[in-house]
Amino acid sequence: MALIDLANPTRFLALARRLLPWLAALTVLAFAAGLYLTQGAPDDYQQGATVKIMFIHVPAAWLGMFGWALMSLAALGTLVWRHPLADVAAKTAAPIGAAFTFICLVTGSLWGRPMWGTYWVWDARLTSVLVLFLMYLGVIALWRTVEDPSRAARAAAVLTLVGAVNLPIIKWSVDWWNTLHQPTSVMKLGGPAIHPTILLPLLVMAVAFTLLFVTLHIAAMTNEILRRRVRSLMLLKAQVAPGSDA
Amino acid sequence: MSAVLNLGPHADFIVASYAVTLAVVVLLIVWIAADHVVQRRKVAQLESQGITRRSAQARPPA
Repeated sequence: MALIDLANPTRFLALARRLLPWLAALTVLAFAAGLYLTQGAPDDYQQGATVKIMFIHVPAAWLGMFGWALMSLAALGTLVWRHPLADVAAKTAAPIGAAFTFICLVTGSLWGRPMWGTYWVWDARLTSVLVLFLMYLGVIALWRTVEDPSRAARAAAVLTLVGAVNLPIIKWSVDWWNTLHQPTSVMKLGGPAIHPTILLPLLVMAVAFTLLFVTLHIAAMTNEILRRRVRSLMLLKAQVAPGSDA
Repeated sequence: MSAVLNLGPHADFIVASYAVTLAVVVLLIVWIAADHVVQRRKVAQLESQGITRRSAQARPPA
């Protein structure tokens, strides 16, 4: 099956039905492995056991940004190619991305209190992630405000592409400005600055969180396709209602 | 749990982080699963009333 064939919602639904059980099982297995490695990981020489928060905070942060990057690609699909599933993908990624960004903000605050002595500082990294969360809420509100899905899709696509400017700001904020937040320690030139005994659980947890995101996203896309099917059936029902058959 | 894992003096912050993450993930799963049941039921109701998509109507009889 060519990739373009998936643009057909009915084919997508059939594929999702086959894929979802496997993805769910893989997600559970990845989390089992990740949590097993996490509880066995050594304490950090400076941060002690609070380093265990990193195993959920960092993957949540990556996926918060991944969600917006995915929505930006989908926005291009909506505006340039009018891909049938592009706006479905964008709309359904927003609440999932918002949830992961929320996890990132809360776990970051809970990690910051014992390490920095404060839950929050208005520095570039924390503020730009908060802005990402607020943008997610804005896009979700926009989708709910405009009733016609195709009009909502175009408006949300423009807002999403404008908001994508925030992604490089989040990524490099720790290099560009003074911040309490630690600098990049995994995806950096010269390789990760984390010891393998801590890096391995982090990467396995990142895989588990990514599988969870993909599974939830495909399930949510399935729901959105069904919602649109209900909408079109309701319109059809209104057309064939008694008294309107002239 | 913190005693078993020996999470040190900041155990409350670690346990709270994992608890919040679990709660948000469970909420997401329940919300998506409940939405799926609702949408499936709505489609089934409409189709049982004879309302079908044009593409379904256009299909030749088997």
